[in-house]
Amino acid sequence: MVKKVFTANRSVAEAVKLAKPQVVPVYPITPQTTISEYLAQFVADGDLKAEYIRVESEHSAISAALGASGAGVRVFTATSSQGLALMHEILFAAAGMRSPIVLVDANRALSAPLSIWNDQQDTISERDSGWLQIYAENAQEALDAVLIAYRVAEDRDVLLPCMVCIDGYFLTHTVEPLDVPSQEEVDQFLPPYKPYAFLDPENPMSIGTFTDPEYYMEARYAIEEAMERSKEVIAKANEEFAEIFGRKYDFIEPYQCDDAEIIIVAMGSVCGTIKDVIDSLRDEGEKIGLLKLRVFRPFPTQEMKEVLEKASKVAVLDKNISFGMGGVLYNNIKSKTNADAYGFIAGLGGRDITPEYIKEIVAKTKNPTREIEWIGLKKEEV
Amino acid sequence: MVNIGACVKEPGSTRKNKTGSWRTFKPILDKEKCIDCENCVLFCPEGCINKDYDIDYDYCKGCGICAEECPVKAIKMERG
Amino acid sequence: MEIREEEFLAPGHRGCAGCGATVGVRLALKALGKNTVAVSATGCLEVITTPYPETAWDIPWIHVAFENAAAVASGVERALKTQGKDAQVVAFAGDGGTADIGLQALSGAMERGHNIIYICYDNEAYMNTGVQRSGATPYGASTTTSPPGKESFGEDKPKKNIPMIMAAHGVPYVATASISYPEDFMKKVQKAKEIDGPAYIHLHQPCTTGWGFDPSKTIELGRLAVETGSWILYEIEDGEFHVTYRPLQRKMVDEYLMAQKRFKHLTEEERERIQHNVDALCTELKI
Repeated sequence: MVKKVFTANRSVAEAVKLAKPQVVPVYPITPQTTISEYLAQFVADGDLKAEYIRVESEHSAISAALGASGAGVRVFTATSSQGLALMHEILFAAAGMRSPIVLVDANRALSAPLSIWNDQQDTISERDSGWLQIYAENAQEALDAVLIAYRVAEDRDVLLPCMVCIDGYFLTHTVEPLDVPSQEEVDQFLPPYKPYAFLDPENPMSIGTFTDPEYYMEARYAIEEAMERSKEVIAKANEEFAEIFGRKYDFIEPYQCDDAEIIIVAMGSVCGTIKDVIDSLRDEGEKIGLLKLRVFRPFPTQEMKEVLEKASKVAVLDKNISFGMGGVLYNNIKSKTNADAYGFIAGLGGRDITPEYIKEIVAKTKNPTREIEWIGLKKEEV
Repeated sequence: MVNIGACVKEPGSTRKNKTGSWRTFKPILDKEKCIDCENCVLFCPEGCINKDYDIDYDYCKGCGICAEECPVKAIKMERG
Repeated sequence: MEIREEEFLAPGHRGCAGCGATVGVRLALKALGKNTVAVSATGCLEVITTPYPETAWDIPWIHVAFENAAAVASGVERALKTQGKDAQVVAFAGDGGTADIGLQALSGAMERGHNIIYICYDNEAYMNTGVQRSGATPYGASTTTSPPGKESFGEDKPKKNIPMIMAAHGVPYVATASISYPEDFMKKVQKAKEIDGPAYIHLHQPCTTGWGFDPSKTIELGRLAVETGSWILYEIEDGEFHVTYRPLQRKMVDEYLMAQKRFKHLTEEERERIQHNVDALCTELKI
């Protein structure tokens, strides 16, 4: 293990190098771009022995990744925002074909209006694709999540693709100190990839077939079962990860939740700011906690219930919006728990979520007037 | 149980599906007339005529390409 | 030429009686042999050959979507390469999956120089969805989205010239072919296999359902296209263009047009215009 100071994009690239995928089709897009550049350099320098495919679009990036995965090798790709939206069709195919692709998405707002800045609308909008989704709070988590993603996705009980979501700029372009594990440690954690079904002239199979109504539902049900089974696989991977690397992850990370009257739920980099605000509010005697959700798919319902249902009120921070319905995380929590929850839409298109905004969320949760509030709107522009 | 990813591990398994039942007209080859040109073998959409010019009626859909492409009219299409 | 007896596409597939696409695939696979991995775009071929839990393919096969056969093939080719496997990757896509929705992915794959063979089986419309016009639909043809009417004589644009667009990519091998000329086609497939780098073959393939002719006439229609000069068999090898088949005596285009329902509505004047266009190109190519 080596201490380094890296951006999350660099930490992701380091994780990919350690995971040793054999085919890497990537297409650059802000703010993912440096991932594609680091990987190109690693390959150019011979530090990553992979076929780097300079595809002409994100659609072809994921298509080539799926083809390569189908041919029996570990693959990696990365994208952001419009790129992920362009991949949309093939994301569903990858899950349906049970291809354990690992993809890192640099979370960015979706157009229009065009924005290169952060929110989580892009990955949240792909929540129904059958991909596992892990959200990282910092560069270390991003690196670690990529390794865990391969381990879980490739497990025979799962065989589903996994998306690691890192907030654009807040993580992708911010340097932080982190531990980069050694190749020996990673090899111990992540065994070589053994494909389930692959293209081999010695043993010909057809993959990506056509189904009529006799079989389609069963094939889709199998994805649901795999998603459910992945919970156990993730838990085991987290345990072994902790043993080898000394960092323990879970589906959720409660912070000061034990006696909390109000719990804020959030995902990704904003959790750091929220923890700071909680510290200062607690100094003033306010019992506030944070529930950081790390694994969004599969949704850890039981873990969430156990924490949230102890609080008298819950504030859910969404960096996304399902128009006419509120934030997606908020709606998921409302439908799966009995928490007295309120939804807050914040940080869209790179709008800063300041400590003041978080305090405003706490205040509005104490005395709710509306089910869903937009925080940080410029009243004069509305 | 549906295979993982709905993959099919048994190559050529459409052979289970006997498309001969689709047929209205049946090609009958007169081997005496046959000049061994292979046209019928190459042009059959089902690939169901072998090198000995035996027609596999289990699969023949009766399209009539073989009869049409036979240069010596050794194949006749008959009902049934 | 030596033609393999072995079949790599099984019967029992769900193609129409008289399907030209399966003839094309059979011939291509005979030329390529067992050590081949196939990629299909969504379309007739994919649907009729892999009705789960069955497959007609005796070689490894993958399908992902309509517009990405070339991109999927790119990934497959690199994955095989990194594993030290020397299987030939061949992609099959229809004219819609090639000339229209798949053109970007195809362009990317060709330009990147993957060692793949891409075969467009061109039946000149979207047949799988019920005969809608594609960029490869020829001038004057009636399709369900280019129907003749008071204000229309059918398709009003000439066929998009995909082989030349591929040639402009500078790929080492580009060829046109027809299912009705199996030796010519199979030789081209073998050449494409021998070449290191991308190869593109545009295979003309009559469709009984979409063009409106008796199923027994599939091969005859392909032949008429070539014998009338409506479809020209050529190859472009390292930039060198040459015609690979010249009809002894070119037939009148009418003979080809009138044998199909899709051109039946054309007036004499419109058919003459088509003949004129064919003559111009054939004169240029000395056919």
